[in-house]
Amino acid sequence: MWIGIAVFVLMVGSVLFHLLSPWYLTPIASNWTSIDDAINVTFWVTGAVFVAINSFLVYAVIKYRNKKRSRADYEPENAKLEKQLTLWTSVGIAMLLAPGLYAWAQFVDIPSNASVLEAVGQQWQWSYRFPGKDGVLGTTDIKNMNDTNPFGVNPDDPYGRDDVLVEDSTVHIPIGKPIKLVLRSKDVLHDFFVPQFRARMNLVPGSITYFWFTPTKIGEFEILCAQLCGVGHYAMRGTVIVDDQKTFDAWLSKQQTFAPARAGIRESVKQRG
Amino acid sequence: MVYATLAEDLKELHHPKTWIGKYVWSQDHKVIAVQYMATAVATGLIALVLSDLFRLQIGFPGSVPFMTPEVYYQFITMHGMIMVIYLLTALFLGGFGNYLIPLMLGARDMVFPFVNMMSYWVFLLAVLVLVASFFVPGGPTGAGWTLYPPQAVLPGTPGRDLGIILMLASLAIFIIAFTMGGLNYVVTVLQARTRGMTLMRMPLSIWGIFVATILALLAFPALFVGAVMMMLDRILGTSFFMPAIVSMGQQLGYNGGSPILFQHLFWFFGHPEVYIVALPAFGIVSDLLSVHARKNIFGYRMMVWAIVIIGGLSFIVWAHHMYVSGMNPYFGFFFATSTLIIAVPTAIKVYNWVLTLWRGNIHFTVPMLFAIGFIFTFINGGLTGLFLGNVSVDVPLSGTYFVVAHFHMVMGVSPILVVFGALYHWYPKITGKMWNEKLGQLHFWFTFIGTYLIYFPMHYLGFLGMPRRYYEYGQTALVPQSAHMLNAFITVVALAVGVSQLIFFYNFIWSYFYGPKAEGNPWKATSLEWQTPDNPPAHGNWGPKLPTVYRWAYDYSVPGAVDDFIPQTVPADGTSRHHPT
Repeated sequence: MWIGIAVFVLMVGSVLFHLLSPWYLTPIASNWTSIDDAINVTFWVTGAVFVAINSFLVYAVIKYRNKKRSRADYEPENAKLEKQLTLWTSVGIAMLLAPGLYAWAQFVDIPSNASVLEAVGQQWQWSYRFPGKDGVLGTTDIKNMNDTNPFGVNPDDPYGRDDVLVEDSTVHIPIGKPIKLVLRSKDVLHDFFVPQFRARMNLVPGSITYFWFTPTKIGEFEILCAQLCGVGHYAMRGTVIVDDQKTFDAWLSKQQTFAPARAGIRESVKQRG
Repeated sequence: MVYATLAEDLKELHHPKTWIGKYVWSQDHKVIAVQYMATAVATGLIALVLSDLFRLQIGFPGSVPFMTPEVYYQFITMHGMIMVIYLLTALFLGGFGNYLIPLMLGARDMVFPFVNMMSYWVFLLAVLVLVASFFVPGGPTGAGWTLYPPQAVLPGTPGRDLGIILMLASLAIFIIAFTMGGLNYVVTVLQARTRGMTLMRMPLSIWGIFVATILALLAFPALFVGAVMMMLDRILGTSFFMPAIVSMGQQLGYNGGSPILFQHLFWFFGHPEVYIVALPAFGIVSDLLSVHARKNIFGYRMMVWAIVIIGGLSFIVWAHHMYVSGMNPYFGFFFATSTLIIAVPTAIKVYNWVLTLWRGNIHFTVPMLFAIGFIFTFINGGLTGLFLGNVSVDVPLSGTYFVVAHFHMVMGVSPILVVFGALYHWYPKITGKMWNEKLGQLHFWFTFIGTYLIYFPMHYLGFLGMPRRYYEYGQTALVPQSAHMLNAFITVVALAVGVSQLIFFYNFIWSYFYGPKAEGNPWKATSLEWQTPDNPPAHGNWGPKLPTVYRWAYDYSVPGAVDDFIPQTVPADGTSRHHPT
């Protein structure tokens, strides 16, 4: 008896909690409203099922509690009912799967006009590389990495010479343009997670991963590493600042490119030498 | 139907002659079951204490003086690993599998009693190696229970010197132990059923344990090779999972390995593992509901097929743990579809549990309370699985507290509620004593309500975007003060739930010595284990002659029958409507 009441209270409480809770998806700041839509559809469908099954459970538990002289029914199977339930469950599942796969089809389809930005992770900080005027990132290799070439850019690759290097945990991006975010890790797995952008991906040492999004709100957004990367994992933060195009261009033009950076290093090495 | 005499009837039993032979180096499945249960629960207790300690750090940062980031990561890692492998897997298969298979099927023991004994002692060795990692320099590994390389074997992760080696060794030993037990369970189910016990007359507990064991035998080898390869990477410097790396400014000697390969191996084991834990729970809870609602399980054949189908599908859904791992994103379409399909047989099981209660005669015994608590908790955990399985919906939620809340609800709390229900249910058979009803109810209410209060609100921290495995959040813009307060609330409830488990231990230990003597069949149940000549069952279980089975395990409230249950050993008399099998 009490268990029926308890389940009822928890069920109603859960629904109220959902409706009244101050905690929900952090307001979106990218194009991925299709992901939010899929989440909302999932909430409505699962919420309805949650209430329906639990209401039936509560009703059954209270109505058929043991009373003197009462006896259970004997009904081993009910093929018709079981078939109906299977059918309608399958329909419900398909309703959830459709918007999910629809959003995923967009996720895997990188827009051809997306500009490229590379984020590089290492324990426990972020840095970034833009492809420069040629629009192509220079090749890299772990073997090239050292104090003077922290990005491991191949010095013989002409595409790399104009790459813009941002050795700072803060990066700027322009609003309203699709970005293909290319991810590279020097050491262990990391995850480029900006909750407001919804889309995200792991950084995997030894391979290049990527995803895309279009920022839709000007402002500052925190990058939270979301794949355990050692003892400093929780402190591996970065910042993405979404600017209008003019502010972004001004910021970008102030950043160093690979070739002058290396020239500068050579210069200082010479002077020290 | 007339059955021939079985060879087992004529076999002379060799009873142990010494105390050590009876209780320590025992080959009796019932003693081994208790050894497995006690060891698993004791290990689980360590994991429970660890969780309360790191919950204090989450709810009240800085409140535990020794809780450095290193210790925090070590504690969460050990908590997860112990709960999944050393508690739940060992308890369901080694504990309940051992106890129930021979008794429910009318066998004298497992088919290979010596191997069965070895299985326990090798399992104990695995536990000791695991526990030893707490005492080696550098402490246990803090790589997270998934042990993802390269991080798990590189500096920057606690316990990378010895902790990770002991962890991998312990897993390998555990798998050897499990394989010995698992082969035994499968062969016993297939070969040692008594006359009349057809497969489709087996109680669902056995179906769940049987299919879970097959899954484990097929899935654990993937973890085994993963552990061995990582061990080689760590000790010999091979590069199975290690690409070229610059770690803390140092060029390392690794080259060409794939971290994602490990994830595939891990989850090829890891996802079936969810069902290795869940299927025995599904089976056992079906029996608890049926017995205590005095009603046959609804749709028995559908329940059996659902278990088998879920078991089969569980091998083609593993990469739903890896949607944002960097694997080929096109995999997402396949794995999202296969994952959501698995929801159909799972939903059928839920419907059939509720339909079993429908028009039942529900006795609110403690096992029944836990069973109903399980249904409610499992519905919640199952539905949130539809978020995470659905590839694009998973993207913003992956790696957040939503995931933590989901898997605790579905494969932490739900199976644990069944474990408790099952322990209360079979305690009078195992010990011959009865526990205290009031204390049992108190334990239930704390555990059921408490765990829901912990994990339900936690989903919403995940919606906010709070990543899991954070030692502290500091000043994070998207984490409002209210979320910190919610975390503090969750910690307080977690402590209360942790402490309330003392009620359970007190009840069981006290009752063992001072509890009233239990009848042989206190729940008026039909399955064979309740029909033993002795209570608790003696060595050999059945006296001189094995029982004969005439009907399925669910003849409750049969119209026309005098009692509301007909044991499986009662010959068909024409008055009862028979199940099609």
